[in-house]
Amino acid sequence: MDITWYLVLSAFIFAIGAAGVISRRNPLVVLLCLELMLNAGNLALVAFSRMHGGEAGQVFALIVMVIAACEVVIGLGIIVAMYRNKLPIDVDEMSELRG
Amino acid sequence: MWFEQVLFFVAAIGALAGALGVVLFQNPFYSVLSLVGHLLGLAVLFLLLHAEFLAAAQVVVYAGAVMVLYLFVVAYIGGADEPLHPESGGVAVFGPLFAVAIAVELCIAFIASGLQALDTRGADLGPAFGSPGQIGELLLTDFLLPFEAASFLLLIAAVGAVVLARRRRGLEDEATGPMRGRHDDPPTETLEVRV
Amino acid sequence: MSATSYGWLVLAFPLAGMLITAFGWRVLPGRSAGWIGTAAIFLAFLASIGALFDLLDHPEEERQLVESAWTYAATGDFSADLAILVDPLSVFMCLVVSGVSFLIHLYSVAYMSGDLGYARYFAYLNFFVFSMLLLVLAANFVILIIGWAFVGAASYLLISYWYRRETAVRAGIKAFVINVIGDVALVVAAFLILDNVSSLDFLTVFESAGESFGENDGTLVAACVLILVGAFAKSAQLPLHTWLPDAMEGPTPVSALIHAATMVTAGVYLIARMHPLFELAPTAADVGAIIGCATLVFAGTVAIAVTDLKRVIAYSTISQIGYMIMGVSIAAYGAGLFHLMTHAFFKALLFMGAGSVIGAMAGIQDMDRMGGFRRAMPFTFITFVIGALALAGFPFTAGFFSKDEILAFAINRGGWYVALAVLGYIGAFLTAFYAFRMVFRVFLGEAVPEARELDGGHLAHGDPVNPMTGEPEDTDVGFPGPEHHVAERAWPMKAAMGPLALLSIVGSVVAIPGVSDILEKFLEPTFEDSRFHDTAPTTGAELWGLVAGGVISILGIGLAWWVYVRQPGTATRVRERFAWLHRFLVNKWYFDELYEAMFVRPAATIGGFSRRVIETEFVQGTIVGGATGIVRVGTSVARSAQTGYLRLYALFLLLGVAALTLYFLISSS
Repeated sequence: MDITWYLVLSAFIFAIGAAGVISRRNPLVVLLCLELMLNAGNLALVAFSRMHGGEAGQVFALIVMVIAACEVVIGLGIIVAMYRNKLPIDVDEMSELRG
Repeated sequence: MWFEQVLFFVAAIGALAGALGVVLFQNPFYSVLSLVGHLLGLAVLFLLLHAEFLAAAQVVVYAGAVMVLYLFVVAYIGGADEPLHPESGGVAVFGPLFAVAIAVELCIAFIASGLQALDTRGADLGPAFGSPGQIGELLLTDFLLPFEAASFLLLIAAVGAVVLARRRRGLEDEATGPMRGRHDDPPTETLEVRV
Repeated sequence: MSATSYGWLVLAFPLAGMLITAFGWRVLPGRSAGWIGTAAIFLAFLASIGALFDLLDHPEEERQLVESAWTYAATGDFSADLAILVDPLSVFMCLVVSGVSFLIHLYSVAYMSGDLGYARYFAYLNFFVFSMLLLVLAANFVILIIGWAFVGAASYLLISYWYRRETAVRAGIKAFVINVIGDVALVVAAFLILDNVSSLDFLTVFESAGESFGENDGTLVAACVLILVGAFAKSAQLPLHTWLPDAMEGPTPVSALIHAATMVTAGVYLIARMHPLFELAPTAADVGAIIGCATLVFAGTVAIAVTDLKRVIAYSTISQIGYMIMGVSIAAYGAGLFHLMTHAFFKALLFMGAGSVIGAMAGIQDMDRMGGFRRAMPFTFITFVIGALALAGFPFTAGFFSKDEILAFAINRGGWYVALAVLGYIGAFLTAFYAFRMVFRVFLGEAVPEARELDGGHLAHGDPVNPMTGEPEDTDVGFPGPEHHVAERAWPMKAAMGPLALLSIVGSVVAIPGVSDILEKFLEPTFEDSRFHDTAPTTGAELWGLVAGGVISILGIGLAWWVYVRQPGTATRVRERFAWLHRFLVNKWYFDELYEAMFVRPAATIGGFSRRVIETEFVQGTIVGGATGIVRVGTSVARSAQTGYLRLYALFLLLGVAALTLYFLISSS
């Protein structure tokens, strides 16, 4: 297959993820959409690694996975803390940055 | 060769379907499950791209561990039905619009503008390309620093998660459940600047 | 020690006195602030004597010494220095100023004790003496103007010394504003001179004035007229005289020092110092002579009508300064300065005596309520009479010789100057009359209750009131203190009044025509370049003048005796007969009302308008409000982007990515 197909697919997944981040109000789902975007990046990386013939892209993708895992952990921790403090689990309600 | 193409399209459609499911399902539980499906599709695509170790890692770590963690949290918090269209309409309209714009631009970049750097055929690969041994060797030689930094990051994340979610003494217990109400934070006061 | 070193010491001692009393007011016990101030001036007087003797050691040609301490600014061939000029004229003025100031300080030590602002008073007084000495010792226009301005400031501080009294504060402001008019005129005059002569140094200017200006040059006449304006403002001549009677709001020693002996003589000194310029611009000199003459007649007429004791003496001062201004304007420099000296003696003495009487009256200054103090206050009576005799020009007192020398000079000049002399004799008659009007009303006649009380050994104490408006005051700081002092009971007051009385009698020994001309010869180095130098009247003419003056003064005293002692109701009858004239005179020829309508009201209206419209509406509302309004609106617009709405932020991120991708897409194709 042409690498181009993989890249186009990656672009679509990225766009879907971005749309989801903005459209959804539940922070859990927002995090999931972030994962989508990261995965799209991973796909592109691996595709380019295949194109160049070097494994640097794959290592990069591996590290990205690690990062994604960490980010999910912290994000979920924040959401759990929010839930514990009886705050509404809604991205629109978190408006302390207002000013 | 045709097998490869068929497999590609199957996996691609699966991944896309999963992605759409994440965004469109109301219930966050279903969204997580869609993501798991999406990840599996992506793993197949990795296999097609000769990244075996990565595919395995994707399935075992990402879909297996991280998503299970996600499921735990979703089960703990519970998801309520929420309208997909928020009260403020502008964001919901423009979000997908800009996302589509990005997708279109990227596609134009890949397909139509003819990026010279894109060699669509792919390079010649050795037999052990993408194998764990190769990856491991790279991780411990060329990419040692990112490797160590990533492990450090994992440690920080773990500590951070424990700190964030620990139960502090003296807080109200969970008997009443999450409060669904308006968060009564007063907005920042406008300062009266008297000249 | 050279004369100029003595000159610097003369300046340094009062300055040091001021600093010590000003900074140490909290720690100086009792009356020590007063003694420190007095000692400072006494040392200045000694330094002046030192300068005198050193100057006399120099040969006559070299008696104009300049020394510069510091060059403030030097550009090209012009430099402004902190320089003093020690020459006969300035040493003469220093002696008079420091000598009389010393006696007045001594008087104040007793007079002002009991006042809560005692140290402040002496700090101000020392500052005043310092500024006056700076003025007379100045060697260039810059230092002169500095001293001039300081003197005005010191006058303001001292007039409104009892600062909680509204009338005093208003009087101080009035004095200051009128003085500023003079300051401005003086600065403009200095500028005109600098423009033409390219130097501000006195000696340089006087030497090159002849080349730079022609005879009666327009610019020079303008500059000299402006100098005259400055002199008139400081010396309270027509039309800038209105501040001096109001300045009687200050303590009596202040009136004695500033408004009799020193500050008001600054104008006379100025004209005398600038005599080379005035001789090149005879028009300006004539203006000075006419104004001086008009003033002395005007003030004399007012003094015979007003009833406030201090104001009579104030108008007398205005009148006598008129004589001096007239004298130096018609180039009778020696005579004018001689009268300055004797006037300082007897006028200060009169004020001191008035202070003593006012102390006995518990602060009341109205002559209508005074009478018969002769028995209760013998010392004050005798000194006051001596002062009045000198003022009236009674034969063989100091005032006799000095006043008539000016008039003799005027007659000698001939032409229309004789008219000035005639008016001067009329003024002398009025002077004699009102001087003894005071004596007879205050000391002779029925004894008022306060006099009887004092006679019985008890000093009267009334409620503290404002003598002008009668409203009650308290004796806190900023108001007159509770104590009143009379000369009979306070030895410093006696110690001050005695020497002055003596000097009022024998002070003219330095310039008796035909007998001694010590003063004339002493001042010669300063004035020898005058073109009128050899036009002094002959001794014979002077003696005739003296006889005329003596006769007139005796006539005036006689008339006063007849009106007030012999036929006591005469004054009341005349007043009723000429009620309109009396009203005109008592209201000081309505000058104050005229200025009020011409200057004060319009200025107040403009000020009110500016405050209401320009300041509040325009500046506050539009400019300030507009600027802040723009900033506020701008920031609230900028703030509207900070909604705290996370999805909006994410949206903008996405938008940015899309835009960036588009840009790269386009730029790479």
